[in-house]
Amino acid sequence: MQEDWRDGGFGIYVHWPFCQSKCPYCDFNSHVAERVDQSRWLTAYLAELDRLAAEVPGRLVNAVFFGGGTPSLMQPDVVAGVLERIRKLWPQANDVEVTLEANPGSIEAGRFRAYREGGVNRVSMGMQAMRDEDLRRLGRMHRVAEARAAFDIARDCFDRVSFDLIYARQDQSLADWRAELDEALAMAVDHLSLYQLTVEEGTVFAERFKRGQLRGLPDEDKAADFYEVTQEVCGAAGMQAYEVSNHARPGAESRHNQVYWRSGDWLGIGPGAHGRLTLGSRRWTTEAPRAPGEWLATVGRGLAGELPREALTPGERLDEFLIMGLRLSEGIALDRMLGLAGKGLRADIQAELESDGLILMGNGRIATTERGRLVLNHVIRRISEGLS
Amino acid sequence: MTQLSHIRNFSIVAHIDHGKSTLADRLIQMTGTVAQRDMKAQLLDSMDIERERGITIKANTVRIEYPAKDGQTYILNLIDTPGHVDFAYEVSRSMRAVEGSLLVVDASQGVEAQTLANVYQAIDAGHDIVPVLNKIDLPAAEPDRVKAQIEDVIGLDASDAIPISAKSGLGIPDVLEAIVTRLPAPHGDRDAPLKAMLVDSWYDAYLGVVVMIRVMDGVIRKGDRVRMMQTNAVYGIDKLAVLKPQMVDIDELGPGEIGVFTASIKQVRDTRVGDTITHERKGCDAPLPGFKPAQPVVFCGLFPVDAADFENLRDAIEKLSLNDASFSSEMETSAALGFGFRCGFLGLLHLEVIRDRLEREYDLDLITTAPSVVFKLHMKDGEVRDLHNPADMPDLTYVDHIEEPRIKATIMVPDDYLGDILKLCQDRRGIQLDLSYAGSRAMVVYDLPLAEVVFDFYDRLKSVTKGYASFDYTISEYREDFLVKMSILVNEEPVDALAMMVHRDRAEARGRAMVEKLKELIPRHMFKIPIQAAIGARVIARETLSAMRKDVTAKCYGGDASRKRKLLDKQKAGKKKMRQFGKVEIPQEAFISALKMDG
Repeated sequence: MQEDWRDGGFGIYVHWPFCQSKCPYCDFNSHVAERVDQSRWLTAYLAELDRLAAEVPGRLVNAVFFGGGTPSLMQPDVVAGVLERIRKLWPQANDVEVTLEANPGSIEAGRFRAYREGGVNRVSMGMQAMRDEDLRRLGRMHRVAEARAAFDIARDCFDRVSFDLIYARQDQSLADWRAELDEALAMAVDHLSLYQLTVEEGTVFAERFKRGQLRGLPDEDKAADFYEVTQEVCGAAGMQAYEVSNHARPGAESRHNQVYWRSGDWLGIGPGAHGRLTLGSRRWTTEAPRAPGEWLATVGRGLAGELPREALTPGERLDEFLIMGLRLSEGIALDRMLGLAGKGLRADIQAELESDGLILMGNGRIATTERGRLVLNHVIRRISEGLS
Repeated sequence: MTQLSHIRNFSIVAHIDHGKSTLADRLIQMTGTVAQRDMKAQLLDSMDIERERGITIKANTVRIEYPAKDGQTYILNLIDTPGHVDFAYEVSRSMRAVEGSLLVVDASQGVEAQTLANVYQAIDAGHDIVPVLNKIDLPAAEPDRVKAQIEDVIGLDASDAIPISAKSGLGIPDVLEAIVTRLPAPHGDRDAPLKAMLVDSWYDAYLGVVVMIRVMDGVIRKGDRVRMMQTNAVYGIDKLAVLKPQMVDIDELGPGEIGVFTASIKQVRDTRVGDTITHERKGCDAPLPGFKPAQPVVFCGLFPVDAADFENLRDAIEKLSLNDASFSSEMETSAALGFGFRCGFLGLLHLEVIRDRLEREYDLDLITTAPSVVFKLHMKDGEVRDLHNPADMPDLTYVDHIEEPRIKATIMVPDDYLGDILKLCQDRRGIQLDLSYAGSRAMVVYDLPLAEVVFDFYDRLKSVTKGYASFDYTISEYREDFLVKMSILVNEEPVDALAMMVHRDRAEARGRAMVEKLKELIPRHMFKIPIQAAIGARVIARETLSAMRKDVTAKCYGGDASRKRKLLDKQKAGKKKMRQFGKVEIPQEAFISALKMDG
């Protein structure tokens, strides 16, 4: 069959690159700036939307996502302006999801109603921890009580609210995490992103780690225990993992992120944003210049806010399909995999992965088991090898 | 042909870096043997490796014409001998080809272990010896102390030692004059049947095999038909020459003379160092004494890192064998490492030199397995078998006892480090034979198993003495000991490339160190992997590598796809550097690193 991005849908990602302070664990493209001329940014975003709409007109938009950085620092009229232009340029799905990442502070909460009026229908809040001491160690500016208050406001304003927690933190015990997770689940939340703390290259944490100053992090076995406890507690609360680190009640999954994991097409707008565009038989990777000033100036001069595009080879396309799709508990469709690989999975590798309890086959799909998702890099490598 | 009384044949005995090659260069230069413009540093060491390491591997020779103070012109033949114990037999033959030696000692360093081994070879060969003190112009030179040391340690009269600086040329005329006045002329009978010793041979791309000889009796001429008495092969002499050091044709070579010939010999393997060459007809009755066939003492497996390089390795080994008869090779298949060769060497340096040349001159990446010595297996049925590869060890029920080669090791070391050296030798199952002092330097003599020495002994020696110890050895005898084969099992399967012979008393410690190291080196798999050391069916050490439990990226969104894809490519490339062993993938480094032990 012909590979079709429509199986994954179409999304638009808008990157707001500014934060009030930089968190020591964060390796995202975020910057702290004294003053930001938001009207200039709006103009630039609109120019980029216009440029891309000329290239891919008529596509049905499934989801829009404002990520960052801290998009809840955006003025509501900027967010509204972007959404208005999107509605003008493309048809919208009936259930279009419009998410904005929000810092759970009191100032941001004051803008929630205005964001809703501009078209935002979902917020994803960077709660990160339910313990003040841990928030401090993670370099977060907010406190737990403040975050809970912001969450309540969000619940009133939006149909759908999600928040993030980071676990397997310094000196955290499994019992601590269970208790904290129970508190989170009690907050009438329908979507949770639960990330194991990862020391990323180029962050303050990485520096501290190299100097031996980031102690009390779990080893591989303990980290696996943390993951298993997370699955158990969330499962019992009816919040199964639908992706490696994402849990939701049925129907509350993030539609925008599913565009990535299901290898749909998405536009990446804003500094450092990546996109994927299928044009004819080729799939292109797009990438914007990372530095906010450079991106803004380029777009301001009427040029494309993009680095030269690269076309994915068939092998690369297949690998991305596996890397993204096998993260989902629904797994990947065999016919789509066959279309990309031009052949089926080697029988011995399939048998090995099945007998190791890492994958399940059925309903025309391959899906990872909970155990398989824990060693996903191995599973992806084996399947990729089994298709080459 | 030259009068016997006007010939002097000599060698130079020295420790590495004490200036042997520099002195040889000066002698050549000062007599105008080589035009100034053709001089390059260390003329006689022709291989890159020789020049880089400052060692001589092949015997080299040069014929020098020297007008002496007595008004007569003398022919001086210098044979530059290999300076390393691995080539002790070759050295002994070179020594038999000359009548005298210059003993060169660095006046700032004194006598070293290697000097001793070689000077005893010279004494055994009946040489007259002229001591020479080099580097006399260095501020640290202590000529009187070093003279006393030569007398105490070696037992040579050093009162007439010649002070020189080979680097600046100081004292070189005195050395030339001493060669004529203090070293003896050779003897020989021109009318007796031809008797010449094969001193060395090498392969020349244009000429084929070149054979260096020393004529003892009789005369050899171009066109003669000669017989090699060991191989019984007969050849016609195509070309006869002397080395100056480039080849200069000559009509004949008589008694006392040293030269080279070619005779359409195809392989160096067809020539045996120490063999006697005589005429096909009217030859001599008995060969010269002391011939020994080349005997590899250290073996290891050489495998290409990339299995596709096997044919290239085969070609490279064949080419190197053409020029080195002492290096043996046999195809080997290892379950862990694939196709390769089991190679035999004269010693560790020889092993390193060959491996270096294969990697450098033939651009190969090689995996070297643990060096092993040749054990003698005395079977219950009375048969005696050589064991070159621990993987070939037969069932113990057929073996009565096992013997291993022992060496006599001489170590010279500043006394500050003596304690460390004694501990090292003791740890390696050594038996102290002698301990004496010369100034602040101690000389210890140990009886050691060669197997313990091939196993990173030299590296340890250098590291515990910060490089100040010098070390030399001779193989003494085969002796019985309680030796066992230790196998390493990964996931219940023996890994042939990691098997080794060890002393029973040391097996537990060695086995424990080995499995602990492997546990660090083998990555986690989807299942738990027992790593065991065993003697026969008895496990003596065990570690368990637990199954991989977590290997997943927490966050992966639209902006991460490209980076994750590149990471996957890297993982796939890394996997190619693994060796599949049953269900287990073992990284190549594991085979090398596991064998490097600390202590």
